[in-house]
Amino acid sequence: MAGITIDRIEKKFGAVTALQQLSLKVEDGEFIALLGPSGCGKTTLLRIIAGLESQTSGRVLIGERDVSALPPRQRGLAMVFQNYAVFPHMTVYENVAFGLRMKGASDAEVKKQVERAAGLLHIEPYLERYPAKLSGGQRQRVAVARALAVEPAVLLMDEPLSNLDALLRLEMRSELKAVLASSGTTTVYVTHDQTEAMGLADRIAVMHKGVIEQIDRPQALYERPATRFVGGFVGSPPMNFIDLPVADGTARLGGFSSPVPLRNGTVTAGIRAEDIDVAEDGGLPFDVGVCEPLGATLLLTGRIDGQLARVSVRPDSRVRPGDRLGLTPNAGRIVWIDPADGKAMGAAA
Amino acid sequence: MTRSRVLPYLLIGPATVFLVLLFVVPLVQTIALAFTDNGEASLTNFRKMVGDLNFGLSISNTFLLVLAVIPLQLCLALTMAMMVQKLDKGRDLVLWIMIIPLGISDLAAGLVWLTILQDRGYFNTVLNMLGLIDGPVNWLSYESPVSLFVGVMLAEIWRATAIVVVILISGLQLIPKEYSEAAEVFGASSWTRFRKITLPLLKPSIQSALILRTVLAFEVFAVVYALSGRNFPVLVGEAYAWQHVNQNNGVAAAYAILVMVISLAATLVYIRTLRTPPEMQS
Repeated sequence: MAGITIDRIEKKFGAVTALQQLSLKVEDGEFIALLGPSGCGKTTLLRIIAGLESQTSGRVLIGERDVSALPPRQRGLAMVFQNYAVFPHMTVYENVAFGLRMKGASDAEVKKQVERAAGLLHIEPYLERYPAKLSGGQRQRVAVARALAVEPAVLLMDEPLSNLDALLRLEMRSELKAVLASSGTTTVYVTHDQTEAMGLADRIAVMHKGVIEQIDRPQALYERPATRFVGGFVGSPPMNFIDLPVADGTARLGGFSSPVPLRNGTVTAGIRAEDIDVAEDGGLPFDVGVCEPLGATLLLTGRIDGQLARVSVRPDSRVRPGDRLGLTPNAGRIVWIDPADGKAMGAAA
Repeated sequence: MTRSRVLPYLLIGPATVFLVLLFVVPLVQTIALAFTDNGEASLTNFRKMVGDLNFGLSISNTFLLVLAVIPLQLCLALTMAMMVQKLDKGRDLVLWIMIIPLGISDLAAGLVWLTILQDRGYFNTVLNMLGLIDGPVNWLSYESPVSLFVGVMLAEIWRATAIVVVILISGLQLIPKEYSEAAEVFGASSWTRFRKITLPLLKPSIQSALILRTVLAFEVFAVVYALSGRNFPVLVGEAYAWQHVNQNNGVAAAYAILVMVISLAATLVYIRTLRTPPEMQS
């Protein structure tokens, strides 16, 4: 078992900077998700940790060992690939055994470890089959079993669930969490799916344009995003961002007013769709455009002073498109954002 | 309805007619020619073929050449293909240069090597300049069968390795790089990755390349003819000689049938031994 230290890693592809001097510390046994839209550099960072890509500058440490210059096979890690990369010409058994065989484990040791990993992932019935005869979900299990069979100090996962259908993804997600929690493996998990990151990770590093925008526990990330990007990327529906005029340290719009950490100008209020009380009038004036019954809630999409906003209300609410409602955000849960740089401001003065 | 059912046959028709006229008909004629004598069914042509002085020699020469050239060519082509795969820049240029011999007819290729290897050729000039020989050495004479064989081998390898390289490179490009990366992460050295991952996944391409190359190698003729005339008898060379020198197309047809049977047998061997079961395909 070992932690990972990413020390000022930078990656350039020609003139393009994919990662800008990025540092990150993953604790021993921790599950970290690298979350971000495609092209944010998360997969590049993972591949640099694996050694499949070389960094332009900076260091990678696994445990106390500087592995920056080592080839992948000397880094003592395992990886699960997006398209599984389960070897088609080997049986499931030989696939799971691959890492152990490369380490020169005895047949008895291989058998023991393969059976243990196969048991964890429930693939015992398929051990003698070839991958072509398996479904996507089963191949995914083989890929994870192959990684766990070597009892790696560090497990890297590159969008491992993105090729599965929605139902299977949900099932694998909870199973993966249980398996990894019991093995205590340090895990770096790349995904663009924020629910996956929220559900699985101890901490999430949200990446955008080659930098880590924020790194925190999922709930903290959700409640107190450090930037407008994080608020907009984490959570479904994304956070609402409403620009409000400020005078004398108070933001005012319609019947709504609140003290803000700013004297005069404009402030952006970051408000979650569910942190809003809805009334007939008063507060922020909200013109309902679309109503979407989602089962657990009713999602209203409309405009506040011409700005797009989404509000979650009780599913039995009698709201119709074209209604005007008054919104009162839960004052303690508003995130005040400086519209100039998109960063969250300190608590209200 | 009828039109859409007839259309596929209409479209494939010309190609079929062409093949029947220029392949099936001559094939049947050749078989008939080989197995008849003065209009009667007979094995005379085969008896003549087997009884000829050059027959045993041409069989052993052809097989020796195939056995020497094909494995070397495969190893060479695999090495070249793997190296080309690794290139980031200039890959296309290197590939273009590598496949130049493909654009040259085999007779021309034979003549190229003749200018190098003949007694006043480039090879002897260089050896002379280095002081290794005193006068011209005849490498391609029937009196020096080893150097003659090596000369023919070199020319064949130079001429026909490129097609194997092309087939292998296209095969390598079909293998997703994740397989090799996964093996690398799980501890496989580059040699192990080549042996355990690349080679097995490349098997279908290796099979195609070997079938194509071996069939063509059994038909080797122009290169040998250019370098040695009939000093190094091979099967197709004998067929040519019986047809044009001895004016006996019956025996020439018998040789043609023999080459076909050998090629078919070799193909069958490859299909059997290098089979990739469907469940092991990616």
